[in-house]
Amino acid sequence: MNDYPWNRKDLLCLYDLSPDEIEFILDTAEEFKKVSQRKIKKVPALRGKTVVNMFIEPSTRTRISFELAEQRLSADIINMSAEASSLKKGETLLDTVRNIEALQADLIVLRHSATGAPNFLAPRVRCGIINAGDGSHGHPTQALLDIFTIREKFGRIKGLNVSIVGDILHSRVARSDMWGLLKLGANVTFAGPSTLVPREFTRAGVRVCDNLKDALVGADVVNLLRIQHERQRSGFFPSTGEYAKVFGLNRESFKYIKPDALIMHPGPINRDVELSSELADGPQSVILEQVTNGLAVRMAVLFLVAGCLK
Amino acid sequence: MSKKIIYRGARVVDPSRNIDKVMDIGVEDGVFADPSSWKGAEIVDLSGYVLAPGFIDMHVHLRQPGKTDAETIHTGTRAAASGGFTAIVSMPNTSPCADNPGTIHYIRTYAESDGVVKVLPCGAMTKNLEGQEMSGIGGLKAAGVVALSDDGRCIQNHELMRHVIEYSRTFSLPILDHCEDTILASGGVMNEGYWSVFLGMKGISSASEELMVVRDIILSRMADWKVHIQHISCRNAIESVRRARSEGIRISAEATPHHIALTDEEIKRFDSNYKMNPPLRSEEDRKAILEGLRDGTITVIATDHAPHTETDKMVEFDYAPFGIIGLETAVNICFTELYHTGILTLPGLISKFTKGPADVLGLPLGSLETGHAADITVLEPDGKGVVDSSKFYSKSRNTPFNGYEYTGRAVATIVNGKCVFSRISKLSA
Amino acid sequence: MDSTPQEDCPRLMEAPEIAGLVRKIAAEVCEENRDAVEESLVLIGIQRGGVLLAERLVREIQKQTNRLLPFGTLDITMYRDDIGLRKTLPMIFETRIPFDINEKTIILVDDILQTGRSIRAALDAITDYGRPAIVRLAALLDRGHLEFPIRGDYVGKVIDLEPSRRLQISWHEITGEEDYVYSIPNPNIRVSPHE
Repeated sequence: MNDYPWNRKDLLCLYDLSPDEIEFILDTAEEFKKVSQRKIKKVPALRGKTVVNMFIEPSTRTRISFELAEQRLSADIINMSAEASSLKKGETLLDTVRNIEALQADLIVLRHSATGAPNFLAPRVRCGIINAGDGSHGHPTQALLDIFTIREKFGRIKGLNVSIVGDILHSRVARSDMWGLLKLGANVTFAGPSTLVPREFTRAGVRVCDNLKDALVGADVVNLLRIQHERQRSGFFPSTGEYAKVFGLNRESFKYIKPDALIMHPGPINRDVELSSELADGPQSVILEQVTNGLAVRMAVLFLVAGCLK
Repeated sequence: MSKKIIYRGARVVDPSRNIDKVMDIGVEDGVFADPSSWKGAEIVDLSGYVLAPGFIDMHVHLRQPGKTDAETIHTGTRAAASGGFTAIVSMPNTSPCADNPGTIHYIRTYAESDGVVKVLPCGAMTKNLEGQEMSGIGGLKAAGVVALSDDGRCIQNHELMRHVIEYSRTFSLPILDHCEDTILASGGVMNEGYWSVFLGMKGISSASEELMVVRDIILSRMADWKVHIQHISCRNAIESVRRARSEGIRISAEATPHHIALTDEEIKRFDSNYKMNPPLRSEEDRKAILEGLRDGTITVIATDHAPHTETDKMVEFDYAPFGIIGLETAVNICFTELYHTGILTLPGLISKFTKGPADVLGLPLGSLETGHAADITVLEPDGKGVVDSSKFYSKSRNTPFNGYEYTGRAVATIVNGKCVFSRISKLSA
Repeated sequence: MDSTPQEDCPRLMEAPEIAGLVRKIAAEVCEENRDAVEESLVLIGIQRGGVLLAERLVREIQKQTNRLLPFGTLDITMYRDDIGLRKTLPMIFETRIPFDINEKTIILVDDILQTGRSIRAALDAITDYGRPAIVRLAALLDRGHLEFPIRGDYVGKVIDLEPSRRLQISWHEITGEEDYVYSIPNPNIRVSPHE
C-alpha cells in the first residue's frame, strides 16, 4: 500500500488532524530531513509551484524556515509583509488574497495576529493555506517540529510526560503542542503564573500546575515558552526578575528534571529569564535540533498540501 | 362612513387582559372596537391562526441617519413587518447621534413617509454617547422619544448614571442600559470561558455585565425609577435581576433570540456572523436565560437587530464589527426554541413581545383593548419552514440563521388597522 | 492493496516463473560486468518494488559469483512529475545510499517498467547524489507501452498489455503469500497527446 489518502488543501490547526495524519506528516518529514544532509540540498518536488509567504504579523525565524523549505523544494517564492502590503491602504485580507490567487499562486503561508484568519480564508479561496501562526490560536508547524524532535529522541510520543511552561494563555505554540501531543497519547502539563495558565485547559485532559517543581518532576520533555514583556506591563505578573526566579529553568530548578529529559524552546530565548544560558547551551537542550527539524517538517507540509488534488 | 373589519375564527391571545380563546376582534378606523352589534362589516376569516396584539421590538438599529448602506428606515421597517412586528424602538447610535431634537425629528419624519411600521425613537442618555455629559433630555422628550439609552456604550461614571436615572424620572422616560464595564471587556471578541481559552481569543468576561447590572439595580432602587437591562446574557446577572424584582425594585430585562438559541461553541467556526456584543455565552448561561423567561424574571424579548454590510463583516473575526440582524428570524426562533420545547406557553411567549415591552415603555401598545390602536400580529404556531436570508427585506445579510429549520412564524402584520405585510391570501398588504 | 474487485485482476505469472526471471537477470548482470573492479558495481533499488527485486538480485548474484554487491534504496516521490494530479499522495519510503556514487557503475532496479517516468525521476535523483560513470537499468517486467525514451538493459520479460491496463506484482515480503504478477485497470489513463 503505497498511497495515503491525504486530502487537505490547507493546514490550519492540529485540532483538525487525526493521529494517523500527524504520524504521516512526521514520517514524510523524516525523508525530507535527509535532503538537507546531502550535498545537493534540493529536490524538484514543488518545481513550477508558486508559494506566497504572507507574514502580516512579522517574523524572522519562521519566515526564513519556510523560505528555505520552499527553496529546497524548488518552488517559486514571493514574500509579502504587512508594511509593504496593500492592507495598509485599507484593502481587506480577502481581497488581497484573491488578487494573489489571480496571479496563479498555489500556496499561501500565512502568519496573522488575528485568531482564525487562516480559517476565515481557507474555504473562500482556491489556493492552499498553511497557517504559520494565527493570533494566540495555533502554530501547527511549530507543534509538528516539536513532536518530531521528541519522537526522534524517544522513538514514540505515547505515554511521555511533556511539560510546557510559561505564558500559556497567549501562546499559540502551547495550544498546538497540546492538540498534537494529546492526540498521540502524551501526558501534557501546563505550568506558569496562575494569571497566565487558565484552569479551563483541564477540560481537555491537561494537568495544570501553578508551580514549576510539580511540572518538572517526572517530565520527559520540558518546553519553555518565551515570556513577553508586554504581559508584565499589562499586570499579569510583577517583573521578569520574579518570573525568572519562580518559573525559570535554571541551575536551581534543574535538579528536579530527569537526566535524560529534553529541554526545548520555540525561540527566540530570553536568556536567563525563562531558561538559563548554561542550560540553553547544555547537553539536554535540543533547541538547535528543533530548528533543523523545523525545516524538514515544513518541507513535508508544503509537499503534502501542494500535492492535494484541488 | 367608518371602515369596519371583524377578524373572526382566530385563537385570540392577549396577555395584557389574560385572554386566550376563539373570539371576534373588531377594528373600526384603525382602532379596536367592540364588534358585537355591527352589521355590514367586512369579515376576515382567520380560523386556524392565532391573533395577538402587534409585536413590539424594543431594540432595533435602523442605521438611518448615517449608515444607510447597511439599512434604512424604509428597509428596516419592512424587515420588521415581515418579521411580524408592528412597532420598533430605534436605538440612538446613529450618525448624527439621536441626542438632540433635530435628529429625532428627522427620524420621525422619515418613519412617517417611508416606514411601514411604528418607529418609536429612543434618545441618547449622554451627548454623542460619550458618557460624559447628560443630553437635553427634556428636549428629547418633547421631540417624541419613548426611552433613553446609550446603547452600544455604557456610562462608566456611576454618579452621572445616577443623575440620568433620577432626571429621566421627571419625564417618565425609562432607561434602557447596555451593561458593560468597558475596561474589563476591552479588546474582547467573544465570551470569556472554555471556548475563548481553547481558541486563543480574547474574552469578554461575564463579570463585565454582572457588575453594571448590579450598579443599575442599586441606582434604580435609589431613584425608584425604571431601568431596563438590554440583551441580558449571563447567569449571575439574571440572578441579580431576579432578586431585585422580588424586592420590588423597578428593574426589567430583555433577552435576544440569538442568546436563546446559541452558545459560544459556535465561534469555533470563526464566522463573524456569530460575533455580537454581549457575546454568545456558555450553555449554563443560555439555560439561565430560558429559566429567566420561564419564571418571569425576563419579561421582554428584543432582537438587537444590528445590520452590517457584507464588506464590513467579511473580514478576520477579530476585526469584524459586533452585531447581527434579527427582525426577520425572531418569531421563527422563539417559537421553535421556547414554545415547541414547552418552556413557555403560547400566552407566555406572546407576552414577551407585547405586554412585556409595553409595560417597560409605559405606552398604550401590546394590547387588543378597545380604544387602542389596531396593531395586530397574526401567527401560525405550527407553520414550518427554513430561513432563507436571500429573501430578507433587510438590506443586510449578517445572520447566523440562514438555513435554520423552524416551526412557528408570523403570517400577517397589521398596523393601525392597515395590513402592511401578509403571507396568507386572506389578508393582503 | 488497491480496491479493484478480484475478477478484474487476472493473474499472469506465478512464483516459480518469477524466480526464474530473477536468476536470468542476475546472470545477465554478472556476465556483462564480469570484469568490474571490486566495489565499483552497485545496485540501487527504486522504492518500493524495485527494492524488493534488488534484494533478491543481490542474493542471487552472491549465489552465482560469491560477490556481495553494495546496495542502496531510492525513493523518487520528491522527483515525480505528477504532484497535485493524483487523487492520493504516495508515501515516501526510505532513501539510503551508503556509498559514494561518483565513478560507479549503477544498476538501477525497478520492478516494472510501465511508462518510463519513474526511471526519469530516478535518474534526476541519482545525479543529485553525484556523477556515476555508467547507469544501467534492470527490471523484472516491461509492460510494452513506454511513454519516455527509456529502455531496460536487463529485462526479465516483456508482457504486452493494452494501455488501459497496468501490471502489478504481489511480493511475498509484503503480503506473506507466494509472489505473483497480475494486471489491473489503469487508474491514470491519459489521452494520447496526439489525439
